[in-house]
Amino acid sequence: MMANYDVVIGLEVHAQLTTRSKMFCGCATTFGAPPNTQTCPVCQGMPGTLPVINRRAIEYGVRTALAFECRVNAACRFARKHYYYPDMPKNFQISQYEEPLAEHGALEIDLADGHSRRIGIERLHLEEDVGKLVHEGTLETAQSSLVDFNRAGVPLMETVSKPELRSPEEAAAYLRAFRAVLVYLGVCDGNMEEGSLRCDANISLKPAGAAELGTKVEIKNMNSFRNVQRALEFEVKRQAEALDRGERIVQETRLWDADRGYTRSMRSKEFAHDYRYFPEPDLVPLKLDTTWIEQIRTALPELPRARRQRFVAAYGLPVYDATLLTQSRALADYYEKAVGVHNNPKALSNWVMTDLLREVDVDDEAAIAQLRIPPANLAQLVTFIDNGTISGKIAKDVFTEMLRSGDTCESIVRVKGWTQVADAGALAGMVATAIAANPRAVEDYRKGKTAAGKAIVGQVMKASGGRANPAMVTKLVEEALEKLTKR
Amino acid sequence: MTPRTIHELTAAYTRGETTPSRVTEEYLARIAKLDDKVGAYLTVTAEQARAAARAADERYRQGRPLGPLDGAPVTLKDVFCTKGVRTTCGSRILEHFVPPYDATVTERLAKAGAVMLGKTNMDEFAMGSSTEHSALKVTRNPWDLARVPGGSSGGPAAAVAAGLAAGSFGTDTGGSIRQPAAFCGVVGLKPTYGRVSRYGLVAFASSLDHPGPFGADVLDTALLLGGIAGRDPLDATSIDAAVPDYAAELERGVQGLRLGVPDEYFTKGMDPEVESVVRAAIDVLKGLGATLERVSLPATPHALATYYVIAPAEASSNLARYDGVKYGLRVPGHDLIDMESKTRAAGFGAEVRRRIMLGTYVLSAGYYDAYYGQAQKVRTLVRRDFDAAFRRVDLLVAPTTPNVPFKHGEKTDPVQMYLNDVFTIPADMAGVPGVSVPCGFTKSGLPIGLQIIGRTLDESTMLRAARAYERATDWHMRRPNLG
Repeated sequence: MMANYDVVIGLEVHAQLTTRSKMFCGCATTFGAPPNTQTCPVCQGMPGTLPVINRRAIEYGVRTALAFECRVNAACRFARKHYYYPDMPKNFQISQYEEPLAEHGALEIDLADGHSRRIGIERLHLEEDVGKLVHEGTLETAQSSLVDFNRAGVPLMETVSKPELRSPEEAAAYLRAFRAVLVYLGVCDGNMEEGSLRCDANISLKPAGAAELGTKVEIKNMNSFRNVQRALEFEVKRQAEALDRGERIVQETRLWDADRGYTRSMRSKEFAHDYRYFPEPDLVPLKLDTTWIEQIRTALPELPRARRQRFVAAYGLPVYDATLLTQSRALADYYEKAVGVHNNPKALSNWVMTDLLREVDVDDEAAIAQLRIPPANLAQLVTFIDNGTISGKIAKDVFTEMLRSGDTCESIVRVKGWTQVADAGALAGMVATAIAANPRAVEDYRKGKTAAGKAIVGQVMKASGGRANPAMVTKLVEEALEKLTKR
Repeated sequence: MTPRTIHELTAAYTRGETTPSRVTEEYLARIAKLDDKVGAYLTVTAEQARAAARAADERYRQGRPLGPLDGAPVTLKDVFCTKGVRTTCGSRILEHFVPPYDATVTERLAKAGAVMLGKTNMDEFAMGSSTEHSALKVTRNPWDLARVPGGSSGGPAAAVAAGLAAGSFGTDTGGSIRQPAAFCGVVGLKPTYGRVSRYGLVAFASSLDHPGPFGADVLDTALLLGGIAGRDPLDATSIDAAVPDYAAELERGVQGLRLGVPDEYFTKGMDPEVESVVRAAIDVLKGLGATLERVSLPATPHALATYYVIAPAEASSNLARYDGVKYGLRVPGHDLIDMESKTRAAGFGAEVRRRIMLGTYVLSAGYYDAYYGQAQKVRTLVRRDFDAAFRRVDLLVAPTTPNVPFKHGEKTDPVQMYLNDVFTIPADMAGVPGVSVPCGFTKSGLPIGLQIIGRTLDESTMLRAARAYERATDWHMRRPNLG
């Protein structure tokens, strides 16, 4: 069924900038402060107040625009966007319309099949966030609502992609790559649950190969990568089924309901807002100094794709490893610090990917920064394995203990007495004991069942509490059994 | 007798002949006695005024006054936010609104030591030319109580004319300082756009709102302007240019100044008495050594229509915030939209509602280019007219209004009311400074104003000409008889 249609998706991403103060006033932007404690007459929309542009927000916008290879406009303007909603103090939002900060960029995304695609970015502009409504009870039953203006006026950056994404998977990949760039740039914390990063999608279907686009539907309220993909998958199916039945798609805005797993209509085109945009008369057009733009360009950090390529080239990592490790700046930083201490890139990559990422989410920058195992400790763990101080098996326990206590590998191994037993004499005794206790295995071995030797090795490892050097034990067991059976 | 002007008052303070407190009491007493007739004040801040006056007393006693406005009794149009003092904007919707902050003008006056007597009446949200659109009070022209004081800054103009304040501050969006100054026989100055901060000024039309002073004479007006002018980091549209000493060059006269007389400001429909009085005033300037030149500002006839696209458009946006959610009036409703609709219907008067609808319409999708977009182009033409004229002349001289103060209730057709501002609107559109000075009276004793328009940021030359005219005449010395 789906094969009959081409899917066309464009994403609008709103990112809260991590500036200390708001877009148009000096109020703080800290998340989670008590309601209305981070407000002033300006962000409360008091009569007579005027906006003043936060230069840092412009800088963040320019930094992002350059990272997305956008053309930064020499002059841009703010505009008022009007609609009535009680979380918006002035009943208009200061945004940008005809003259945005930047235009015509692109973001390269990696696909599951190993290929990559360039997705066009139409525009990037800055605006102010709105406040938050707190309903007493549920939305349906609430008798009153409270307004918290702490968020009102926080700088928001809106980036609109071209309608060039061809599947829900590509949309999710775009969003991941987008988020990674923002976090690398340090302009947004990328936290979708707290709403620092929000995504709306425009999606339409057209008969496979057709030139003309189908009717698009806007999807809102997708607050995680997973939900973006799920919502779009649902919508592809819904639209395809409707088209199969010969129905027409209605141009409308639909809300994703993550609990129920479907999108539902919010408003149709007839009820679409007329935002009555016009240039913000309280702000003069913003002219950007080219020298300043070049300074920002020069100071751009290494971006995820470049870093991934470097990880492959410099550390000899498989592309898969490099992609995962560079997905967030914090994780890549972590990894590089560890490699700096102990140069075994692949082993460290394995530890990070399999053990560390079991404990923290790859995108959770804050959690990675606060891990109880700092990179130097993980490097020490791998050093101990590599120099034979501990066995790979014991290392797993050491890791667990490092995570629990925050202690170094060295201290754990010392206190617990987990150093590997590599003394041939001691091991020979243990092997002799194990063979003596298992005559049956010796008999099997004599009959040619070489696997019987492995059982003896297991016994020795068990008896040593996992501390025996497995390679040495294997060698000793083999020698002992050979000796016995030749007799 | 207590002097009428601020410069005389402060001289008397310095000489120890009187004190700010004594003068403040005299003004408060006069307000109590006469303001029932005039109706200039919406709020009298007697206690704050007394406290400010006492502080000024002390400074004069120590011989350390803050400057030329220290101890000057002034009033603010009720459009300037005053921390802790209600700021109504002449509207029901803000009738009980008490701002948590001071406007920059308010703050600068306090720092200059001025004594704020109270807040004065205005057309609701500064929309009007007679102060009749105030939802809260009727203000009368001190020269004829049956007539309007002009507007929208009718309260501040009437207060100075009636001697209920030594100076005052208003706003001029389409003529709202200069027209009431002309109607009330006082000096009223609209500075260059951006010369005075708009921060804390309840917005009507952001790109057109100009705060400025009223004075009993030109020197006072210059001093009052000096007290509030200058760059304000809180207003992105304020100009970063040094503020000259406006009083310093007042007496240099007009010898050698080239004055342009615009053809378009002498129209057929205007009051013949106004025309003859203003022409006579221009001849006085010529007699003082200025040269006259006919100039043309061809976009003038279109300025009024253009203004009534741009100003309502911005107003519809600026006034969207009054929804009953956060502050001001709230009329309960069965849901949010009902509450907001009822609040706005009850809170805004007819003229404000008319302009909100007009502005909403011209900004609508599909109409924007035809109205707002087109209006901006015409606005550019208006600016170019002034640019061209000022390449040939130093100042423009013209009537402030085409007519004289009319009676309350006389102008019922909104467009007739709008036509009052036909000579003042172009300077607002171009952002150039303008001043109205008293230049005579009709036979029936109603004041007439001469308008002088200057180049961008050249308030000094404008004030110099105004002062030269004032020195040569005595119109500004006359006072209305209020018993």
